[in-house]
Amino acid sequence: MTRIGLIRLAVIAALIGGFELACRAGLVNHRIVIPPSEMAGALAALLASGAINSDIERTLGVVAVVIALSVTFGFAAGIAIHALPRLREALEPLFATYYAVPIFIFYPVLIAIFGLSPIPIVLIGVATAIVAMIIATINGLDRIPRVLSKVARVHRLGRIATAVRLQLPAAAPYLFTGVKLSVSYGFIAVIAAEFILSPAGLGRDISDAYTDFNNRRMYALILFLLIIATVVNTALHALDTRWSERRTGGRP
Amino acid sequence: MTAARRATDTFVIAGAILVAWQVLHQIAGTTALPAPLPTLSYLLQLVPSARFAENAAATLEAFGLALLLACLIGLAVGVWMGAHRLSGAVGEPILVALYSLPKITLYPVVLLIFGLGLSGKVVFGAMHGILPIALLTMGAIRAIPSVYLRSARALHLSPWQTIATVLLPAALPEVFTGLRIGFTVTLLGVLLGEMFASKLGLGSMIMTDMSLAQSEDMITVALILFVFAAFANALLLWVEHKLQRRA
Repeated sequence: MTRIGLIRLAVIAALIGGFELACRAGLVNHRIVIPPSEMAGALAALLASGAINSDIERTLGVVAVVIALSVTFGFAAGIAIHALPRLREALEPLFATYYAVPIFIFYPVLIAIFGLSPIPIVLIGVATAIVAMIIATINGLDRIPRVLSKVARVHRLGRIATAVRLQLPAAAPYLFTGVKLSVSYGFIAVIAAEFILSPAGLGRDISDAYTDFNNRRMYALILFLLIIATVVNTALHALDTRWSERRTGGRP
Repeated sequence: MTAARRATDTFVIAGAILVAWQVLHQIAGTTALPAPLPTLSYLLQLVPSARFAENAAATLEAFGLALLLACLIGLAVGVWMGAHRLSGAVGEPILVALYSLPKITLYPVVLLIFGLGLSGKVVFGAMHGILPIALLTMGAIRAIPSVYLRSARALHLSPWQTIATVLLPAALPEVFTGLRIGFTVTLLGVLLGEMFASKLGLGSMIMTDMSLAQSEDMITVALILFVFAAFANALLLWVEHKLQRRA
């Protein structure tokens, strides 16, 4: 590990350690925040008891559906929009403002239409995640070097062979950025939706634990979600960095 | 592309959205989703009402304070991490990791510490805004040509003078991008906070409407927020382009 990595680890350890000490020394009200070690202990006990297994399955399942739908349909829509320049020009202002408006405020509207079920959660997740994939796909298709179409003609490649063997690999890093954003946005939207109003799921669990003043359970669940989000984001970020390194031939 | 054609395209898109809304209304029924036209007439009724004014004022107050807090902390962290290389190298991945966390999970903790009132909402909104502002400010300061800093040193400027007269003006266009994104996510944070737990504010108004099955009211408030955010973003983008051209 590099020197900077070590310093970063030390900073994080010092923050958590300081937090622990502050809790143990009574500087922080135990009824408000519990020490990190107790959070970890409560999480271990909760996971071992199996009490949240069905909620873990449910939430991660919904997130997986959201990501699959967003990536598939976002990719397809991106290709279609890229092929129709007039449509693309018309949609450009929409794309530019899309992430500037709080789309999430339409979640209650979706509940009113579809009822309290996983459907509004999936829809709000897809609505949040899919546009990032569409934008990334269009961006990736734009960046395919012109010379590749000449290469395809020289080798007399068919339309499908050109797409699969030349265009897709050339656009892949940009597509992956889209996937990364879709995963991150989808996850956030699903958790937020469960949190605000949902029949079940980890977000709902945290919200219930908060209402019941069950702090140990609440902090355990929060810790669990933050760990999952961090692990997934870090893995995607590492893959993304490796890919962009390969794209630029190791040059930053 | 001519302006006339662009205007036509925008109209076609807006028309398509209205048609989709009307179709969805036919399928879902009036209680779930009112039609576009009745919603519009309801809008004219809702906006002048005292109930709307009270809730909008509560949201604006929380949002204004949260944005102020996010700007102050975000700029301070960004300038520090941009100017001090080691802090930036150590801190950047931590900020990036925090940025992509679902911050809503931390809202109960914020509520336990700051209470259910205005301060909880403000802190939660600011939590969203601080990170993009800090990250973009840091990037902007790092991108400043080192010759600017050398001339600042040659002129014997104090650290504060260097920040105020060299670093911030040079970094302004990109810093402004950070402020624009900060504006967006802070608004989202405040609204999420209100939706989860609050007695006042447009976010809580939407949730109350939902439980009372007042779809007309709910969708009208959502639309007002949507249009507000879109206009604010367009205005901030316009300023941003001006700054970039000047730079």
